[in-house]
Amino acid sequence: MLDKLKKIWQVLRKPSVHYSLGFLTLGGFVAGVIFWGGFNTALEVTNQEAFCIGCHEMENNVYEELKTTIHFTNRSGVRATCPDCHVPHNWTDKIARKMQASKEVWGKVFGTINTREKFEAKRRELAEHEWDRLKANDSLECRNCHNFDYMDFTRQSTRAAKMHSTSLASGEKTCIDCHKGIAHQLPDMAGVEGF
Amino acid sequence: MNIAKLVSLTAVIGLSLTTAFIAQAESVSDEKIATLRLAPLDVEPTPPVMQKVLNTDIKQVRNYPMQPPVIPHKIDGYQVDLKVNKCMSCHARKRTGESQAPMVSVTHYMDRENNFLADLSPRRYFCTQCHVPQLDAKELVGNDFVDIDHLIKVKAKQH
Repeated sequence: MLDKLKKIWQVLRKPSVHYSLGFLTLGGFVAGVIFWGGFNTALEVTNQEAFCIGCHEMENNVYEELKTTIHFTNRSGVRATCPDCHVPHNWTDKIARKMQASKEVWGKVFGTINTREKFEAKRRELAEHEWDRLKANDSLECRNCHNFDYMDFTRQSTRAAKMHSTSLASGEKTCIDCHKGIAHQLPDMAGVEGF
Repeated sequence: MNIAKLVSLTAVIGLSLTTAFIAQAESVSDEKIATLRLAPLDVEPTPPVMQKVLNTDIKQVRNYPMQPPVIPHKIDGYQVDLKVNKCMSCHARKRTGESQAPMVSVTHYMDRENNFLADLSPRRYFCTQCHVPQLDAKELVGNDFVDIDHLIKVKAKQH
């Protein structure tokens, strides 16, 4: 094993015999651009709603539920797609989340939630993952659109203005603490704080 | 002989009544049938503009003491089913401290034998069976409801 590594190292250390320096640098640059472009394109493809609901697990359960909510259809026609809420926009966080999501490929292959019943049985667990994630990042995906700095309390209902100007403003609460189940149905909430 | 007479008499009366009834039924004109939809039966009328739900958070006076209080806010998307009751996340006894919402009355914690339960009684679980939000809409038909206090006052004056 160690010998092999040594051999590879020696090859890497040696100057190139057959290829010119120009070819290697330019070729390397072009190959890099193609690789990077391809990688990002592939990443963006997986970041589309059409990709998410390509699986019936997502299309028949969570997507159907989203359709009835204000994040799908509303007066101004601005809508949230799956990745808007479920994938961080920041690149490093996005890659981290995508790596985590490889578990979902496992789930797809082994049919962890391939029936409505199985999905309902796992709904609480799956919801808790998302609540924990949003709690940990201070509801970052909510705040990508709903920016606290630009909230006009006078245009909110009395109750909303009161909550937002106190608990949310002080940082004591974050969006997900109160706004659970706004885009999908809630699981059995027994024992969840606030229910 | 008498019995036969009686039978024929009843038959005659019955027959005339039936014809009278049919004649009456025929006299209802076709236009009147469609009045409730305000459009001919083969035409899809334009539905009226949807009304806004009142979201004032101001308690409304009950029209009679045992009236279920109406909901003074929007309840769009509130999930009330076997798994969860969104209303109770503010109106449950334990939640009122934080929410400052009125607690559901104690009757909601009683079963039908008047035993007090620790949690919401199943028969009172579905809030919108009795409690409804209000629309900012004109009355479609007149309402001549009179408050009981008014009746008592009128009666007292008469004596």
